[in-house]
Amino acid sequence: MNAKAVVVDGVFKKKERHVKANARDFNDKFSYADNRIKTSKYDIFTFLPINLFEQLQRVANAYFLVLLTLQLIPEISSLSWFTTIVPLVLVLVITAVKDATDDYFRHKSDQQVNNRQSQVLSGGSLQNEKWMNVRVGDIIKLENNQFVTADILLLCSSEPNGLCYIETAELDGETNLKVRQALTITSDLGDISKLMDFDGEVVCEPPNNKLDKFTGTLYWRDSKYPLDNGKVLLRGCVLRNTEWCFGMVIFAGLQTKLMQNCGRTNFKRTSIDKLMNTLVLWIFAFLICMGVILGMGNTIWESRIGRNFQAFLPLSELQSSAVFSGFLTFWSYIINLNTVVPISLYVSVEVLRLGHSYFINWDRKMYHRQTDTAAEARTTTLNEELGQVEFVFSDKTGTLTQNIMVFSKCSINGRKYGDVYDEFDQKVEITDKTACVDFSSNPLCDRGFKFYDGSLSEAVKLEDAAVQEFFRLLALCHTVMLEEKSEGLLVYQAQSPDEEALVTAARNFGFVFRARTPETITLCEMGRTVTYHLLAILDFNNVRKRMSVIVRNPQGQIKLYSKGADTVIFERLDPSSDDLMCTTSEHLSEFAGEGLRTLALAYRDLDENHFEVWMKKLLFASTVIENREDQLAVLYEEIEQGLKEMLTTTAIEDKLQEGVPETIACLNLADIKIWVLTGDKLETAMNIGYSCNLLRDDMNEVFVVSGHTLLEVQQQLRSAMEHIHSLSRAGIAGDADKSDMFADDSAFEETVIAEYALVINGHSLAHALEPQLEHVLLDLACLCKAVICCRVTPMQKAQVVELVKRHRGAVTLAIGDGANDVSMIKTAHIGVGLSGQEGMQAALASDYSFAQFRYLQRLLLVHGRWSYFRMCHFLRYFFYKNFAFTLVHFWYGFFCGFSAQTVYDQWFITLFNIVYTSLPVLGMGLFDQDVSDHNSLRYPGLYKPGQRNLLFNKRQFFLCTLQGMGTSFLLFFIHYGAFFAMAREDGSHFSDQQAFAVTIATSLVIVVTVQIGLDTHYWTAVNHLFIWGSVAVYFVILFAIQSNGIFGIFPSHFPFIGTASSCLSEKSVWLVILLTTVVCVVPGLAVSFLRVDLFPTLTDKVRHLQQSRRRKRPPERNPRRVRRTSSHRSAYAFSHQQGYGELITSGKNMRTGTVSPARSPARTQHSSNWMENILKRSNEVSCISDEQHKAATV
Amino acid sequence: MASSYNAKEEDGHHSGAPAHGGAAAAAAKSKKPDNTAFKQQRLPAWQPILTAGTVLPAFFVIGLIFIPIGIGLFVTSNNIREFEVTATPTRDTSNVFMYYGLSNFYQNHRRYVKSRDDSQLYGDRSALTNPSKECEPYRMSDGQAIAPCGAIANSLFNDTLELYHIDSNGTRNTIPLVKKGIAWWTDKHVKFRNPGGNNNLTAAFRGTSKPVNWRKPVYDLDPSDPDNNGFINEDFIVWMRTAALPTFRKLYRIIQKKAVTTPTLPSGRYVLNISYNYPVLSFDGRKRMILSTISWMGGKNPFLGIAYITVGSICFFLGVVLLIIHHKYDTRNNSADIPN
Repeated sequence: MNAKAVVVDGVFKKKERHVKANARDFNDKFSYADNRIKTSKYDIFTFLPINLFEQLQRVANAYFLVLLTLQLIPEISSLSWFTTIVPLVLVLVITAVKDATDDYFRHKSDQQVNNRQSQVLSGGSLQNEKWMNVRVGDIIKLENNQFVTADILLLCSSEPNGLCYIETAELDGETNLKVRQALTITSDLGDISKLMDFDGEVVCEPPNNKLDKFTGTLYWRDSKYPLDNGKVLLRGCVLRNTEWCFGMVIFAGLQTKLMQNCGRTNFKRTSIDKLMNTLVLWIFAFLICMGVILGMGNTIWESRIGRNFQAFLPLSELQSSAVFSGFLTFWSYIINLNTVVPISLYVSVEVLRLGHSYFINWDRKMYHRQTDTAAEARTTTLNEELGQVEFVFSDKTGTLTQNIMVFSKCSINGRKYGDVYDEFDQKVEITDKTACVDFSSNPLCDRGFKFYDGSLSEAVKLEDAAVQEFFRLLALCHTVMLEEKSEGLLVYQAQSPDEEALVTAARNFGFVFRARTPETITLCEMGRTVTYHLLAILDFNNVRKRMSVIVRNPQGQIKLYSKGADTVIFERLDPSSDDLMCTTSEHLSEFAGEGLRTLALAYRDLDENHFEVWMKKLLFASTVIENREDQLAVLYEEIEQGLKEMLTTTAIEDKLQEGVPETIACLNLADIKIWVLTGDKLETAMNIGYSCNLLRDDMNEVFVVSGHTLLEVQQQLRSAMEHIHSLSRAGIAGDADKSDMFADDSAFEETVIAEYALVINGHSLAHALEPQLEHVLLDLACLCKAVICCRVTPMQKAQVVELVKRHRGAVTLAIGDGANDVSMIKTAHIGVGLSGQEGMQAALASDYSFAQFRYLQRLLLVHGRWSYFRMCHFLRYFFYKNFAFTLVHFWYGFFCGFSAQTVYDQWFITLFNIVYTSLPVLGMGLFDQDVSDHNSLRYPGLYKPGQRNLLFNKRQFFLCTLQGMGTSFLLFFIHYGAFFAMAREDGSHFSDQQAFAVTIATSLVIVVTVQIGLDTHYWTAVNHLFIWGSVAVYFVILFAIQSNGIFGIFPSHFPFIGTASSCLSEKSVWLVILLTTVVCVVPGLAVSFLRVDLFPTLTDKVRHLQQSRRRKRPPERNPRRVRRTSSHRSAYAFSHQQGYGELITSGKNMRTGTVSPARSPARTQHSSNWMENILKRSNEVSCISDEQHKAATV
Repeated sequence: MASSYNAKEEDGHHSGAPAHGGAAAAAAKSKKPDNTAFKQQRLPAWQPILTAGTVLPAFFVIGLIFIPIGIGLFVTSNNIREFEVTATPTRDTSNVFMYYGLSNFYQNHRRYVKSRDDSQLYGDRSALTNPSKECEPYRMSDGQAIAPCGAIANSLFNDTLELYHIDSNGTRNTIPLVKKGIAWWTDKHVKFRNPGGNNNLTAAFRGTSKPVNWRKPVYDLDPSDPDNNGFINEDFIVWMRTAALPTFRKLYRIIQKKAVTTPTLPSGRYVLNISYNYPVLSFDGRKRMILSTISWMGGKNPFLGIAYITVGSICFFLGVVLLIIHHKYDTRNNSADIPN
């Protein structure tokens, strides 16, 4: 769904919203929005007036409209109206076509969404309705895997107790399932007749964009029921694991939270755009100056010379006074010289950007085969800014990582599995080609699972007890839920991807988790079905950092299986396994050093009596109302002591996307600072930081800011700052005064050689972003090579981006994949969304989208750099060309009595910019390449000029206009000299105005064409065609409009008849043209040669290298290899949330048929509270606001 | 320019076959962009770069070409005999051209330039009686349309020049001045036309009035020759081709060469007789009469020759300077200092 401003209707500004079920008449009174969404701007009838109005609001177009009006005044019209209207109409038409196409696609996407089918309860049965016809108050039925049609109140579902599961990837980017539960009172309405009679009225808050909050009340049958977020399904969610559910529409269409959240995509402009606007203003000022000078000249001329010349040239009544004549001349010159502000500039720039966008769309090296996603430039106006990026803000999950956890290594009983060795005992790097273990003998295996070390499956087959116990543990100790789609096709629904990975690993190694009831877990162990009695689940939480299950195996033994953070498990180990602990701990460090997420596993046998006693205590504790949680924790602690027997550790790879470390290294070399902003925990984030080379062990210091109060944070930031300053002061001989240091931070920044990194926690960030601290934060962050912000909310992501954007004036780029990145993507100068994953929100809000993080490197270093390079060269040439073209009039003014007489033919003026010289420069702007894409990536330093704005800035503008002025000066005066006394070979006089005009125009066209030839670095066939073609077209048109035929038809519009033929047949004319060309081009050539020769830039060197290498042609390839040097010992990284343990043991989520009648007392006692707890937790999980970190603080 | 054509190397990474050996149908649906040189920006291209090996020779070549051209032009221009007002005889056997020159006369002033009606001059009957508004204030006179209208026509140069040769015995011999062939062919035959053909101009111009400053109507400009009368009078056409600069000359008459051996204007005393009609003193203008011969490069014009010599020398000099600089500060682009 496209972003679009939603103006809240005045009607809804009032406090409350009343919605009554099954009562369209009642709801119609409030004129709520229906479920149709409209993101398009125009329809067929409004297109022309609205679009024209919008276009004429642009300064440039308005300017030309004013010019057009001026030209219609005969007294000042020095140029006929067609010189302006032809380009103006051309520009308007091109833009209108583009707008129309854009809008057409919006219409199409709207239509597609609006026409989705949904089932609406009406007239006593379910009717298929299009989405757009769904109204507020309707009761609709949703089925599994359907998108939720509108914001609805959940009434009942196929699952027990009115539960349903949803996935909110589109909304907040989280792919784990969330639970919603209907009110008990409505949860048994699951039948159409009952639903028809439902006439509850919901009173709730007006539409807003808070995804995590909802407050309302249901009035039904004279009772009030409070409603909160846990009872509402939002548009954009997908129903999962739930056969069907019914809900009542509360907000529809544009009033849904999703649409309200879309917000207006603020129109992004590039810095070149802004610079261009400034420059256009300068040119205006310059234009007015010239007008004033020439107008004054006219006054003087009229009063001194013109006065005497009246016998031949009488003044008209209007020009009776010299001053007034000067005033009119001023306007005439404004018209004459208007081409210094070239109207075709804007449209050409648009065309270029469009072309560059297509090149991005077409790039096969940014196409991802697995997801069949090509890169897409969704905004076509930002391309050159891609060449100037200084800060990249990246999301972690799904962006740097694949959000896929893969069981990659383990250590069982002191033996390490997972690495592959060749015959010489050398570790082999695992690539796509490495042979993986064949699991095909296992009919239940997951085909996606890959493992490379054959020795582990050997061990399983040899029935190594420890290994078997290891996989048994993995298969038993979890809270994964199971869906068996068809026989043998198992789908695991896990809380966290880690768990899924572990259970899947066990599955493939022959310990398949087959079924679960509240009492039992059924495994298929090496082909045998084994059922374990589940006695208790000691669930995970953030304090315990571990979970355990207690099961009774078929042999009757009671076992406790436990998994958790290494430190936590190690503390609880029986001292007898110290030796093993050492080895395992070594392995653990090794795994962590590779950036893997580690877990330790252990188990113990429980004595029947001991367990009985403990169980009783547990039952008792469960009934306690006060401090129940604490008491349970103590009990859990008690039984989890003395773990032993087997100590293993698993390493799960939070799979980085392909090429992430290389990309980050490359961007770093290009002086692009990368900040990672993630909702993940500190440890996880740091872990990923290390594994993707953002953090390195050889960094001088990694500052961790995790204070909880403003003061703490301030103190931490200050001390980090002082640390850097003191170190570097020692480094640079400590001469500078401290106050000086702080005063001149930007200079200081350059001198910091040491490498630092900053890791900051979300709650600290909240304080650090306050006005008094934000500068300290920013200064510190900019001194660091890498910045990682963890546990941040989407809002904070945007704030961080905003902070940098506001105070650094640097170009920022945000990249992310989830809906939680949308705010940051929209805030940054450039937003990049990763597409091809599940949620599309980020991609839809972004300016560029592609499938893999690594393509960012190509987007910036190749496409961005080229775009910037091309755009800058294009602009430089464009200004040069127009100055050279226009200023000839200025010089001529001094010789024609400041009368605003044009030098050129009117047709030449009309066509110069749009026909004669537009294509060569467009060709250059589209195809030019200074260095190849290969070298752009190989030498990231080539990117730096863009960041420093070196290729086009005020200085460059000044230089190119100066060159243009110089050219116009030479052009005019050479011709002046030559024409002062010139005769044709047949003796007839030749110093007439038309011959002068044609010669100077021809010289001009040739000079600017030669210049574009010199400026073109990359002559493709298209360039040849454009350049030679333009010159050819010039001559063809020249002869055509000066031909006898066309003069015969319109004698007064083509007065130049015969000039070209009599003029260009003269040898002397060609000598003049040759002279002019050489004189105008040679100085520029000499200067650029000297620059390249004496002060070659990196670009020049690479170009030179490129050429000499091409001659020799050794196709050497030298892809940069990034070493992972990290030996960091990762802390606990278990991105787990509190599980469904309670839900499972209570059996509430199980089909009634499958729940065993025998329930343990503990469960019964729990049951009164479990639902609340679950919902509370799942809400915490789904919160995307500040509550997130409160609920799940490490 | 140093250059070479190359097709950029294929990218090995992605050019392989689809992973699963995808069926043709699947491949067709794939969003994978086409592998064309254009879309992948791999078009073969010539990539010139500025190097000493290309730029310096260019400078020398320009110098070496321009200097001889300049000298040639300069010599030619100097060989052209040009005499202002008081003519000295010449032994040239070619045609001699007679110009009148005006200075400080703003034929290029905007209001002056546009004060004409090309349709009228093209013989358009409706424009003849109803000329364009651009001709104001020389559009109507006494209720009748002015033909030819406008300020340019109104200010037609109307001095008459006659040249006499005084031979050894003191007799004045009129030198025959050819008055046809002085206008451009297209002007004479296409751009300017009399309304209704060249016969009976008096009738054709009935209902029009002569320009205010003129002494005689347009159809009396050259009554002796119907092919040189009315709008197609060559003096008129020449005048109507407005000059680019305030100081200009226009061809007045041609003195035809006599025979291969006889000089066109043998040495002797000449008398120029000017019937002074045209007022120039009021605007501080000057009148001149110029006799000139013509060469392959047109009339006398020392500017081009000097400019070529100068530019050629500068280029050559620049080439030398750049060569010295290049050798002295040889910071040859080598790959050694490229950070990798």
